Amino acid sequence: MALATEPTRDGVAPPMSADVVIRMEGVQKWYDQFQVLKDIDLEVHRGERIVICGPSGSGKSTLIRCINQLERHQKGRITVNGVELGPHHRQLDMVRREVGMVFQSFNLFPHLTVLENCMLAPMKVRGTTKAEAKATALRYLERVRIPEQAEKYPGQLSGGQQQRVAIARSLCMNPKVMLFDEPTSALDPEMVKEVLDTMIGLAEDGMTMLCVTHEMGFAKSVAHRVIFMDRGEIVEQNTPEEFFTAPKSERTRSFLGQILAH
Amino acid sequence: MIRAFGYNEFLFLLSAVQWTLMLSVIAFIGGGIVGLVVALGRTSDVKPLRWLSTGYIQIFQGTPLLMQLFLVFFGATVIGIDMSPWVAAAVGLTLNTSAFLGEIWRGCIQSVPRGQWEAASSLGLRYPGLMRYVILPQAVKVAVPPTVGYLVQVIKGTSLAAIIGFVELTRAGQIVNNATFQPFLVFGIVAAIYFALCWPLSLLSQRLEARYAAPSR
Ligand SMILES: Nc1ncnc2c1ncn2[C@@H]1O[C@H](COP(=O)(O)OP(=O)(O)OP(=O)(O)O)[C@@H](O)[C@H]1O
Ligand SMILES: [Mg+2]
Repeated sequence: MALATEPTRDGVAPPMSADVVIRMEGVQKWYDQFQVLKDIDLEVHRGERIVICGPSGSGKSTLIRCINQLERHQKGRITVNGVELGPHHRQLDMVRREVGMVFQSFNLFPHLTVLENCMLAPMKVRGTTKAEAKATALRYLERVRIPEQAEKYPGQLSGGQQQRVAIARSLCMNPKVMLFDEPTSALDPEMVKEVLDTMIGLAEDGMTMLCVTHEMGFAKSVAHRVIFMDRGEIVEQNTPEEFFTAPKSERTRSFLGQILAH
Repeated sequence: MIRAFGYNEFLFLLSAVQWTLMLSVIAFIGGGIVGLVVALGRTSDVKPLRWLSTGYIQIFQGTPLLMQLFLVFFGATVIGIDMSPWVAAAVGLTLNTSAFLGEIWRGCIQSVPRGQWEAASSLGLRYPGLMRYVILPQAVKVAVPPTVGYLVQVIKGTSLAAIIGFVELTRAGQIVNNATFQPFLVFGIVAAIYFALCWPLSLLSQRLEARYAAPSR
């Protein structure tokens, strides 16, 4: 892809292609006989923001979950931040520290306060001191605009607030990349915006993001690249302008027709 | 020389309660520690560990407790260890309790949603930290009512230790009965004492269950 020479959102120079954060080469995955990922090739550059869309069951979640190995791939290579994922725990640990993930269902730890949710991994994984972890947590809670909820339990927060805490919790590990799996799909409509705004804020700060979402407005205004997946394949990828106005494949056109009709 | 059942006999029964309780506590603590290992094995990603713990549970759940006590007691003699009924009862009950608690706790661990495991691992937590800080604290909440409930089974189970000669409440009842020949009265009282021990625990278990089953937050 000639991304490096194309204009991008907010006029910022697009990421240099030399600086690859995630590289997937010929990645394949099966569930028993059923092939979920067919020969996936993908490069994500530092600072790049990618939106992945596609019909249900096309393998979007599986693709991003392979990046931090919540799902194991059976063939091909995945390299994150220069570390190739293999059978060993050491690589996996290194990768997971650098890759943040936000889930559709938030997955906050219900028995811990918001603050404790944010402090756990930095303390237990990175070995940061309690004071330092707390300062970092408060800084990121501030950033997602809910510092006043720090002492509450997740169950006492709205869905939108929970998702923002989940984003803050990931950021506390100071990740190089953030993966989002339909972060707004489980939210009531009135809460979608607060989460998207948080994500836009992240984008403005230059975070590398890989985001499965059907929020096409977000894709148009934030993504450098939109990827369309269908039946385990990357069918098409392009800048949002091209993707939405001049989709190349028939499958993309019919998919866009469906979701834009809503 | 038949004696009548009197105050002294009653006191003898009551004092035997301490051995029943002691044995229950030991079986419960020992069974709890081994049971946690069994539960972790059952929920492990490592296949051999899963097989091993599954086999362990099936053996102890699939054979009578009395046979397990016999095997420990007489088995020790066979391999040349002189094991007192007290130790044999403690070991047998611990093993048996661990199998049942292990299976109860397996269910509790698995009741913690997958998303919790995924979120914790994606934050870089490895198995020990993930278990200790994320999964087990949530599993414990679910585990408390059935575990308290199972304590009742442990207390009742200790009565079988009477058969290998350990003097706890049931054995004390037999001794008193041999002297008084008033089986209905004596075993009625013994049963009433067991009931007095177990009933509050059953009630507690039910109340805890109702409390945890109530819609949370
Ligand atoms: N654990 C599993 N076992 C078997 N099949 C699975 C499993 N997880 C996912 N699949 C199948 O793999 C395919 C891809 O799933 P995936 O969740 O990646 O799709 P998706 O594009 O994220 O879909 P959605 O938009 O519904 O989230 C689906 O057909 C799904 O049924
Ligand atoms: Mg999905």
